[in-house]
Amino acid sequence: MPIERSERLFINLSILMLVIFFIAVLVSAFIGGLQVPAPAGTIDPAAINQTAPFDNPGVRELVPGKRYEVVMIAQTWAFIPGEIRVPAGSEVTFRITSRDVIHGFEITGKNANVMLIPGQISLVKVKFDKPGEHYIICHEYCGIGHQTMYAKIIVEPAPQAAK
Amino acid sequence: MHQREFARDDTYIKWQLGLGFAALFLGILMGLFQGLDRMGIDLYKYVGLKSYYQGLTIHGVLNVLVFTTAFNGAFLPYVTMRSLKRPMAIKGGSAIAFFLMLVGVLLAAWKILDNSSTVLFTFYPPLQGHPLFYLGLVLVVVSSWVTFLNILLTTRAWKQDHPGEPLPLQAFISLVTYIMWFIASLGVAIEVLVLILPWSLGIVEKTDPQLARTFFWLTGHPIVYFWLLPAYLSWYTMLPKQVGGKILSDPLVRLVFILFLLLSTPVGFHHQYTDPGVPAGWKAMHALLTFSVFFPSMITAYSVVASLEIGGRKAGGKGLFGWIWKLPWGDPVVTTQLLAGLGFFLGGVSGLINASYNINMVVHNTAFVPGHFHLTIGTAVTLTAMGIMYWLLPALTGKKLWGRGLALANAWLWFLGVLIFSRGQMAGGLEGMPRRTWMATATYLQFMETWDIPNKMTAVGGALMFLGGMAFFAVMVGTLFFSRERAKVEMPTAEAIIGPEKGSPLFTKRLDVWTVVAIVLVLIAYVPYLVNYLGDAAFVATGQRVW
Repeated sequence: MPIERSERLFINLSILMLVIFFIAVLVSAFIGGLQVPAPAGTIDPAAINQTAPFDNPGVRELVPGKRYEVVMIAQTWAFIPGEIRVPAGSEVTFRITSRDVIHGFEITGKNANVMLIPGQISLVKVKFDKPGEHYIICHEYCGIGHQTMYAKIIVEPAPQAAK
Repeated sequence: MHQREFARDDTYIKWQLGLGFAALFLGILMGLFQGLDRMGIDLYKYVGLKSYYQGLTIHGVLNVLVFTTAFNGAFLPYVTMRSLKRPMAIKGGSAIAFFLMLVGVLLAAWKILDNSSTVLFTFYPPLQGHPLFYLGLVLVVVSSWVTFLNILLTTRAWKQDHPGEPLPLQAFISLVTYIMWFIASLGVAIEVLVLILPWSLGIVEKTDPQLARTFFWLTGHPIVYFWLLPAYLSWYTMLPKQVGGKILSDPLVRLVFILFLLLSTPVGFHHQYTDPGVPAGWKAMHALLTFSVFFPSMITAYSVVASLEIGGRKAGGKGLFGWIWKLPWGDPVVTTQLLAGLGFFLGGVSGLINASYNINMVVHNTAFVPGHFHLTIGTAVTLTAMGIMYWLLPALTGKKLWGRGLALANAWLWFLGVLIFSRGQMAGGLEGMPRRTWMATATYLQFMETWDIPNKMTAVGGALMFLGGMAFFAVMVGTLFFSRERAKVEMPTAEAIIGPEKGSPLFTKRLDVWTVVAIVLVLIAYVPYLVNYLGDAAFVATGQRVW
């Protein structure tokens, strides 16, 4: 293929640039551990109320002051529970599923972002370092009340004893 | 000299363009409504629409499904006929394509307007629209298949008359675009025909939303290349002529489009990086392929700018950038496309963020995404289509373009508007502002001070885009009804410095081989995943009408 010199240079630089970008992304993902959501099991949306752990949504303390699990149900147009309190410095695993249509889950100010698809269970891990408030916002259109669907996370100052 | 032979097809090409731009007009109007919603202004109730989401469904369906498909179905047959100097092979093909599209659009529009199908253009189940809505969209796709078949048979007939010769470049690009689209569209065809229609008709009670999303995005990313490639056709083969330049290398252009044929389709999972039902390995593989499909766009950036530079230097441009000011900025055909290309540069770069496996988590489904695609589809594609209309309408009607100043205003208002709009949306997205949300009535808006300026920029930018769009329609209407002067306009075709005979025949002639390779790549990218997924499929979701 006849290609002039400056063009060949540009093509090679383009390939080099894309390779470097892609390696950077892979390093952050597989060495840095910044991973995308992966399959975490399936569930029948009609049987959510009878299926553990979703029969009992809420915050669970795994290691006091350190690790928590939040079992959450998304439905038109609310997250259950709608308010979550955890201490600063805690790592929280959200285990979420949808009761009806596709919803979205993102936490403002955090890199937590996952789709909630009926039949699928979504898993997201987030670390809350500083006290303050975050909002969980539904980011997928889910009907006429979509813009009213959110939940609040209150990160409380860590108790002295836990330090 | 062939005008009389082309007249039969041209009639329906004109109607198809009319349908496409009527769709764009209504779509843009809804765009204005959405922009103003960001300032708390609700116009929906005054025009009898039930909600922001009904307006958004109209905006998405008309702009990205109807306008684009109708424009391509008119523009590419037009190009094929002129490029091959022969009418389309199927006698009534252009008419069939038009009427299929018309019936499809009317069915879908009816079911959107009665508020039974407020499911947005992505129509993710288990949101359940009216069966006629889906059927309407099926007919739009079937119309595009008729156009594909017609272009395929026309190029085949030309080849029989010209044994051993490579297809003229513009016909080659038209054909590649439709081959790519045909392969890509099978995903959404399977989704609608196998999963959605039987389910929306009540024959099947439950469906699998995760599976439906996979088939949707199998088509949903390559569709953006179906929109983009006709713009590339114009930038590569027409714009150089319009600025007095030349194509650098004909074989290289063909290589670029072959790369698009190969790489456009097996990338869909990058829209599903945050889907719980797709294993991380598949996401990473599609990330690699998505990065690859960025590569032919990089070559395009170089080649097209280089061919423009030839024109600018010929006009007396000196120095590193001096040639840019010598380009014919007073010609709306050129200005629209130059600004579209500039917008696409920003759109393409922002697209790398969405494509980047985990970085996407920062922006997924936030306002960043519409910020990105209003630079690409909203500007690169739409503004280029408007620029094309500035010579195509005179060419089709024999009337001189009316309102040149308005046409230039169209280009600049649109460009300025989209810059402000996209800056607002992207900034909002980085602050967690969700996309596709009725912002004026959002209950969490009160807590989000950082969204104030992004929302205002979205409204102002959207309003400027709307004004630019209205300037375009004024020029179209003016040319049709008020233009008194006659004009003889021919399709622009740029010469290449390096002709097709210099390239390897494998790249210039053997599209059949590349089509097979493209299909194999799609199978590799999807079949193992599907086989594995179907073993544990979750057909558990019943249809919901929650609007």
